[in-house]
Formats: sequence, C-alpha cells, structure tokens
Amino acid sequence: MKVIRYWSVSNARWLQRVYRGLETCLNCMHPLLQRLGYQRLDSGFAAVEKVVKGFLFDSKSCGQCTLGETGMACPMNCPKALRNGPCGGVRANGNCEVDADMVCVWVTSWEGSKAIGNPESTIQVIQAPVDVRLKGTSAWLRAVRKKRGATNDI
Amino acid sequence: MIFDDEPQVGENLPILPGHDSPGRLERVLRAGHFAVTAEIAPPDSADPAEVYARAALFDAHVDAINATDGSGANCHMSSVGMCALLSRRGYSMIMQISCRDRNRIAIQGDVLGASAMGVSNILCLTGDGVQSGDHPEAKPVFDMDCMTSLQMLRGMRDEGQFLSGRKITSPPRVFLGAAANPFAPPFDYRPLRLAKKVAAGAQFVQTQYCFDIEMLKDYMAKVRDLGLDKKVFILPGVGPLASAKSAEWIRNNVAGVHIPDAIINRLAGARDQRQEGVNICIDMINEIREIKGASGVHIMAYRQEERIGEIVEKTEVLGDRVPWHPNR
Repeated sequence: MKVIRYWSVSNARWLQRVYRGLETCLNCMHPLLQRLGYQRLDSGFAAVEKVVKGFLFDSKSCGQCTLGETGMACPMNCPKALRNGPCGGVRANGNCEVDADMVCVWVTSWEGSKAIGNPESTIQVIQAPVDVRLKGTSAWLRAVRKKRGATNDI
Repeated sequence: MIFDDEPQVGENLPILPGHDSPGRLERVLRAGHFAVTAEIAPPDSADPAEVYARAALFDAHVDAINATDGSGANCHMSSVGMCALLSRRGYSMIMQISCRDRNRIAIQGDVLGASAMGVSNILCLTGDGVQSGDHPEAKPVFDMDCMTSLQMLRGMRDEGQFLSGRKITSPPRVFLGAAANPFAPPFDYRPLRLAKKVAAGAQFVQTQYCFDIEMLKDYMAKVRDLGLDKKVFILPGVGPLASAKSAEWIRNNVAGVHIPDAIINRLAGARDQRQEGVNICIDMINEIREIKGASGVHIMAYRQEERIGEIVEKTEVLGDRVPWHPNR
C-alpha cells in the first residue's frame, strides 16, 4: 500500500533505529543462530520479513536489503528496479515516469535519507546489481552472517 | 580536423598516454576543444544506404555520433548495427547501451563485439520504460542500471575481466559516457548523482535537452562546487523544436523534458516557428559555451537532422576546426 510506504519513509529516522536495534540483537544471537543452522532458519525469517517489510515498505523480498541506505524506501518498487538513484524520467511533480500515480521511489528515498541525516554518504554507495538467486531469502540473516564473516553461502 | 597519426579509413587512432580509447572524441575533448556530438535516428529498415545517408547529414559538423538503443522504447535498427556500419567508414560513434532490453550477459558480449568493430565510445543509460514505446506488453529487463553497467564496463576495460571475474584476453578500449538530467526532480540530488556516475566510471556526460539556461547554470555551479568539472567532460543537450504545438506535446508526453512557458511563447509568437526553434537552439548553444565546465554540446535534432549544419555553423563553436568525415 502506497500510503503506508510513504508513511514509513516519513518516519525513516526511528524506523532505521528500530532496525539497527534488531540487527544488534541478531548479531548477539549469532552463536545460537549458527548452532541452530542459518540454512534451517532462513525460510522462517524470510516469512517474517516478507510480512513485516511487505507491510511497511511494500518490500519485494529481493533478499539483498538496501533500506538503510535508501532512506527506508524499497528500490525494488521502482518499475525499473533502480537501486542507484532516480532515472531521468521523473515527472515535474515528482511522480514516476512509468506509474503516474506513484511518487518516484527515489524522490521519497531522498526525503527519507535526509530525515535519517546521512543523505550524501549513503546515496554514494554503489549498490551491486541484484543477484536473482537470493530472491525470497532472508536479508536480515544475510546481514548478520556478512558482519560476522561467516560467508559459507552466496 | 586531421590528426598527425591519422590511420587508414576504418582503423582507429593510436591510444595516446592518458587516454583510454583510440577514438576521436576523447582526443578532441582531452585537447580542450569544444566538442559537438549529435544523435542519429536509426532507421526502421535493414538498408545500410539509409544509415549512411543519415550520417552524411552530420559530415564536417560533429565530432561523434550517438547511435540510440531503442530510444523511447521503440523498435529501430540496433545501436550495435548502426555502429558497425558507420565505424567501418571511419565515423566516430558513441554506442548507447540501455539496460531495458538486455541483461549483463548480453551487454558484455555487445561491448566486446562493438569494440572489435571499432567503436571507441560507449554511453550507459538506464533506458525508457517499455510503456512509452510501441511494445508496451514487452518484458522489461533492467538487470543492470546505468550505474552498475558503467562500473561493469570499466572493470572490463581496466581490470580486463567480466563481471564474473573471468579474464578477457584483449579488453575493450572504450571511453565511457553517461547521461544526466539536471531538469528533473529531485533537483538537489542531481549533482550528487552525477558524482556517483563519475565514481562508477563516467568520463563524459551528455544531458537531457536544455531549454532552461538558468536551471542549467544552477546545476553547473553545484557541479563545479563538487569539483566534477575537473573529472568529467560535460556536454549539455540541445535541440531545435519544430513548433509551439510540438513543444507542448513534448512537454506533456516525453518523460524528463522540461520546457518553460517562455520558450513556448517565443515559438508561438514567431512567424516561422520552425526557424525560431533553430534560433532558440543557437541561442542556447551560445549561452552554454560561456558556462564554465561545459566541454561541448550534444545536439538532438529528431526529424530535423538536416538543420544541424546550420546550427553548428551559425554558432561558430567549432572555430576553424572541421571534424574528420569520410566524404571530405
């Protein structure tokens, strides 16, 4: 729902803090998660993420979440799936070239980044092209494993 | 303009130190000349004679020709095909690559093929959405975006490897370009986006049509503040409007083109609107050449390609320079 998606971006600052908190918790739980087996936990986590992020951000569950760097706007809602900024077709009123009834994902992302307070540094991060193999997997668990250096999967 | 180390027609120039490509465009820009590029409209035809006839309209007036890649998401002859035909005759081509129709495997293959055929400049674009073209039912690809494709091509050239890391035995020697639109929101984001493109590998940039010089000046001031004018050659886009009516239509129907009321009123008040469109374009180029950080202009004269000669001559932007062309 676009209304909720826009609300989430306008509340990007504290939503990002909530996520950071969650990430810290999961990081602390790394030994336990490892014992239980990340592979085994993945589908459960992915299902929770799908519901929560799907509701708040219209997340498309790409499995490679950039929300923290895109002002809490999911770039996969861009009809061109642009993860590195707006195309040149943004309408004068800030709406999308393809979907005239939608505010450009990157116009909202830019506002969200400004609300979080780090717009210039985050948007300069060049996001890698999407790895389609990761669609539907848990981005949260992937973030923890990446941080802990446990890269035993893609 | 003939370089001292001019090769046989259809062969590329030697790559000078500090240069990345064997092309004429990079030579002209790095030598500090004010460059002129123009967009060629690919035909809806398989006849090479049509391609040569269209390119001949630009002879002696432009330094490089952009071959569009399904612009407006409409089907035309491919940019690879256009470039193959024209670069063999010695034309300096800028091959546009849109991310709409091809994934990373196809794009990388096309880059190797194009470079092998003599293409020295590649411009990475995101591409228009399929909804704006004649096949709105098509599946949009967008596997890459302009940013990641720039980075990928730079990796192919400088690291000599595909995105997968696999080695390329002879890397493509290409000068990398990108597009920019200073005239679409979010405006305060646009200069930063250019910085990101430069970081991803862009060496020259062509912009969307400029009809609002003040807006361009503001953008360029921010670009200079970021120091980008020292890192990338910027060629603002210009073009003649055919009439007030067509300007109105473009404003309402072509994504990302900003035309102020003042321009439409100027056209509407003219006795010969077509000529006034050309005059506006000439005025715009004369203003652009005064902007610090503008390295040239990119002329998009869709369906008015025959007017480019007049535009370039009247502005005298080339000075004494006559760009090389095969029919001289």
